[in-house]
Amino acid sequence: MPATIEAIRSSGSWDRFRAWIAQWFREWGEFVIDGLVAVGDFTFFVARTWMWLLVRFPRRSVLLPNFYQVGVRSLPVIALTGTFIGMVLSVQSYFQFKQLGLETRLGAVINMSLVRELGPVLAATMLAGRVGSAMAAELGTMRVTEQIDALASMGANPVFHLVVPRFLASVFLIPALTVMADFMGVVGGYFYSVIILGIDFHHYRYNSEQFVGVFDLLMGLFKSLFFGGTISLVSCYRGFHCAPGAEGVGRAATAAFVYSFVIILILDLVLNILSDAVYYALWPEGAKLF
Amino acid sequence: MTADDMATPAPPLVDVDGLSVRFGKQLVLRDLSFRIERGETVAIIGESGCGKTVMLKCLIGLVQPAAGSVRFDGADLTALNDRELTRQRIRFGFVFQNAALFDSLTVGQNIAFPLAEHTNHSLKRIRELVLSSLADVGLPDAVAGKKPAELSGGMRKRVGLARALVMDPELLLYDEPTTGLDPIMSDVINELMMRTRMRHGVTSVIVTHDMLTARKVADRVIMLYPVQRLRENERQIIFDGPPSQLDRADDRRVRQFVRGEAGERLMELREMGSGAVSWTRES
Repeated sequence: MPATIEAIRSSGSWDRFRAWIAQWFREWGEFVIDGLVAVGDFTFFVARTWMWLLVRFPRRSVLLPNFYQVGVRSLPVIALTGTFIGMVLSVQSYFQFKQLGLETRLGAVINMSLVRELGPVLAATMLAGRVGSAMAAELGTMRVTEQIDALASMGANPVFHLVVPRFLASVFLIPALTVMADFMGVVGGYFYSVIILGIDFHHYRYNSEQFVGVFDLLMGLFKSLFFGGTISLVSCYRGFHCAPGAEGVGRAATAAFVYSFVIILILDLVLNILSDAVYYALWPEGAKLF
Repeated sequence: MTADDMATPAPPLVDVDGLSVRFGKQLVLRDLSFRIERGETVAIIGESGCGKTVMLKCLIGLVQPAAGSVRFDGADLTALNDRELTRQRIRFGFVFQNAALFDSLTVGQNIAFPLAEHTNHSLKRIRELVLSSLADVGLPDAVAGKKPAELSGGMRKRVGLARALVMDPELLLYDEPTTGLDPIMSDVINELMMRTRMRHGVTSVIVTHDMLTARKVADRVIMLYPVQRLRENERQIIFDGPPSQLDRADDRRVRQFVRGEAGERLMELREMGSGAVSWTRES
């Protein structure tokens, strides 16, 4: 063995191998450290937002335009998405359930999926696409054109003036948007199942009532609060750390959506696991039903 | 002057000591030390990328240095917390290169912003102060209702100056106030800076490439040189003196800059040129 190592060393391969290993460690080291710095920076950003939330409440004149932008302007697109998702669920499930003779169960399947999962997640996704990207682009442009520096230079805190109102608007209004997505989904599902496919309304409604409870609705709304908070914080953070130029603003807007969406999916999984644990702890008999 | 005055001279308004700034691996400012006395107008000159704007932002605590301190009226800005820094910043006025007016607000709301943020003035009083500030920079009242996007470059800069002046600052920082303006408008801005100084007795720091501005407005000129081009142990400030001495400076780099001569930099251009030619031939 030593002879083999000696042979590798003398051929120069050893030095190349060592250089390759050193390079590998350097690149991965940089990657990990940059990642940790970004996570730390984001945590600090979130902490400062919370600190300002506790210290001072923004003026009505600052809050209302943000509420309008996040809430009112998002309603049409969220209503439309909800309606179509309700109808698509009906189209997708009908033939499977009909083969089993269980088509009246469609009401339970569609409405349960909507209220617990699709309503909150789709409302959040649409909000991330419509509002999150716009927040990142707007704050990114403000960073690039030195407007954020101008705020700070006038003794005004940029986090308080720019992030806190957007955070409040997102967290307060996403439950309302989720209710809208749920409602329009229920209407869309009803329209396609009952009016187009001719499923008996009485059984459709009865099955919905049997399976979908208030807990499911509230759980969906509870999750949406986290989604709204995530979207605004991630998007504002990307805007604040925007690279110079038009390319930087474009990247910030894209990154805001992608990061928000990935975090929404991860949060959704974690919150579902937690909510199941809470549900079965509160109603142990629920676990025996299946 | 009494004996007491001579024993305790007034501290400088700004005292920069050993200031170094780094962005990632790149060192932008290296061990910079200088003082600015009350009432002085100092022009900071130097080629693009030499760190002039970064230095200006350090003076107001917008950029955190890697080393050194910036003292404003005795308080070390690098050691202050958010709240204390905010209190100090009210004493500054910053005129940004492209004015940095808030797009979503009107001109009037832009100028009123610091007043609404830091004072308890009535709306009527704020309106009066905004209009008087606009008049100070020679703009009519009608401009107050316009959005920044509707204004020309020169008007935007004047609104930027009006916004910086409205809180009656002790130190005014100008970032390239005449860049991108026609010669007439540049002269208007130069005149405004001089009048502002006379009327408000304010201390000013002007970052500029414009030698006309440096000669006309400043009492003192500081020239920075890019860190990458400096020799080891060489100071980054290669000139510090009155504008009248610029042409007679010992350092050739200062004389070249003032006269706008590229000198040995033309060699870089030739090297690039020959490179481009060989590349085109190969392809």
